[in-house]
Amino acid sequence: MSRIDFDIAHLLAGLLVLISFLELYQDRLYALLNVFAAHALVLAASVAWQAFIQDAPHLYVTAAIALTFKAIIIPVALHRIIVRLGIHREIEKVVGVGTAMLAGMGLVALSMVVMLRVTHGAAPLAREDLAFALSVVLLGLLMMVTRRNAVSQVIGFMSLENGLVLAATGAKGMPLVVEISVAFSILIAFIVIGIFLFRIRERFDTVDVQVIDRFRGERR
Amino acid sequence: MTFDALTGVLLIPAVAAALLAALPDYRVTAWLNVAATTLTLICALSLFFERPPPGAYLLVDDLNGTFIVLTTFVGFTTSVFSLSYIGHELASGRLTPPFVRFYHAMYQVLMFAMNLALVANNIGLMWVAIELATLTTVLMVGIYRTHEALEAAWKYFILGSVGIGLALFGTILIYMAARPVMGEGLDAMQWTMLVTRAAAFDPALLNVAFVFLLLGYGTKVGLAPLHAWLPDAHAEGPTPISAVLSGLLLNVALYALLRFKMLLAVNAAALAPGPLMVTLGLLSLVFAAFMLYRRRDIKRLFAYSSIEHMGIVAFAFGMGGPIANFAGLLHMTMHSLTKSAIFFAVGHIAQVKGTQRIADMGGLTETHPVLGWALIVGVVAIAGLPPLGIFMSEFLVVSSTFARAPLLAIVLVFGILVGVAALFLRLNSIAFGEPRGPSGKAQASYVPMFAHLALVLAAGIYMPPALVAWFQNVAGLLG
Repeated sequence: MSRIDFDIAHLLAGLLVLISFLELYQDRLYALLNVFAAHALVLAASVAWQAFIQDAPHLYVTAAIALTFKAIIIPVALHRIIVRLGIHREIEKVVGVGTAMLAGMGLVALSMVVMLRVTHGAAPLAREDLAFALSVVLLGLLMMVTRRNAVSQVIGFMSLENGLVLAATGAKGMPLVVEISVAFSILIAFIVIGIFLFRIRERFDTVDVQVIDRFRGERR
Repeated sequence: MTFDALTGVLLIPAVAAALLAALPDYRVTAWLNVAATTLTLICALSLFFERPPPGAYLLVDDLNGTFIVLTTFVGFTTSVFSLSYIGHELASGRLTPPFVRFYHAMYQVLMFAMNLALVANNIGLMWVAIELATLTTVLMVGIYRTHEALEAAWKYFILGSVGIGLALFGTILIYMAARPVMGEGLDAMQWTMLVTRAAAFDPALLNVAFVFLLLGYGTKVGLAPLHAWLPDAHAEGPTPISAVLSGLLLNVALYALLRFKMLLAVNAAALAPGPLMVTLGLLSLVFAAFMLYRRRDIKRLFAYSSIEHMGIVAFAFGMGGPIANFAGLLHMTMHSLTKSAIFFAVGHIAQVKGTQRIADMGGLTETHPVLGWALIVGVVAIAGLPPLGIFMSEFLVVSSTFARAPLLAIVLVFGILVGVAALFLRLNSIAFGEPRGPSGKAQASYVPMFAHLALVLAAGIYMPPALVAWFQNVAGLLG
């Protein structure tokens, strides 16, 4: 593999981590949605680049799915949902921006330490891809726990899935079954969420998870 | 492709799901649902006698054969129970016919997904199947569309997806570990191939992969501290789904873990997965045992009891060795049968009383003697009292642990005893005392419930040697 191939793949994966950080501190839903679209766009570029350097044409399909579904259809649909629900105001956060960013940096450091240490044997590109992918997954998780709005939790979940796709494409020669299924399951998951959002709206007049939490559990 | 039993196990639920989604009349579909699960059960049983050789995607061996038969059997009895349960829900207006249609189709999709997860010979395919099972159960849990049901479904969806996501990452890492040894492509994701070559895999990568898989699939097993979705999902969904969740889906996730554990066991340099499972298992057991005391909702009570028992099963498999594995398998089977029988009883009880609140039901043995006594037998069984089956398996787990790790056995016994006391405390107020709540006649189907309890009783008194030999054989496979 030539030097430039490696550098571009590295750049795109690194960019994905960076955009995950951007997502962490967006405090408006529209802005968050746009950043997520950018996240998916970079993912698509990264997957396409992997397809090119690995000479694996089936990965272009995965890239196309990432581009059409995650970068276009889902953001547009969520945009509509947000308008329809009338929740384009500020996102309320559980922890502050500073804390979230510090925690995010800690998670990235953690994934570097863990993944780089255990993957001596693998090719350098696969190693770093995996480390970046784990960072994106953990940042997605962090976003899910720091937000309490149902829509932004969904976006956190989808960026987590982006990290998984990055990992799957970085693992050279991984059979197609998995990538397609990941894409499909995201689609299914999205439909599920869509239904839920509407039902939640129907029943509670809010998508704030903390309000939903009040109905929880033990009947008294 | 010729039609064989393995295809049948997958094809029948898939076709039935499409049919049930298309047919509008709920009386017909309810019976069709039963017919489909019956056929699937017959196919599963015939796998004992004739099984196809492992293919690139599907595999039947002694280990998953056991799981498939258990899954299809409980799936069949639950569909019989669901006949009368759903009939009552329709009559009381909690579910409308379109929802019932949706429910039946989803039931078959769930059966398909669980069977696929069990027979998959490919770690990626297995992951897809477990994800599908998760999504279907999310939809089923939210089917009542009350505040509580939606919240439970949302929580289950979020936690379940995160678990599934972590499991996928672990799956990718396993592939990464296998690739240098086995080359690229399908072989490096195939159980039958992986197990033969796992000794040469990079141990560090395998270790990290197993941690992700344990956290991911462990969420689906309901091991503490990853269990938060489980009580809500059990309490708010329709009761047949609670029975299937507790009796089957937890097992399927555990099966996935066991497969990966077998993989790690082949590699001498990798970490021993046993202690991790022992720790999580004991934690779940003790935690759930204490949580049993404060339950006010009858379905939540038994949901926590499921966490407790999955803890015991995970503990037994974590200890490993022929006796502990045997005990774990037996306990898992007995728990599936007993817990689904309890949920059958609880479903009817909640319907006649019109509530799930323990405080609003009492003196059940007086108002509804059959249901009341069935519940008592079920709780006695789940508490592990002789002569029922769970006593046997718990006794085996405890005695084999005392022989090998007395300190762990003390914790184990402590947890079990705490749990038993809590169960009897609650049972007392439900089954005896002044009758409370409505005492209308129950429209119940008692057959599935008594069939399960009879099996558990029979297993406690006399295990046929053939069955013992079979379980010993599977326990040997688990290493």
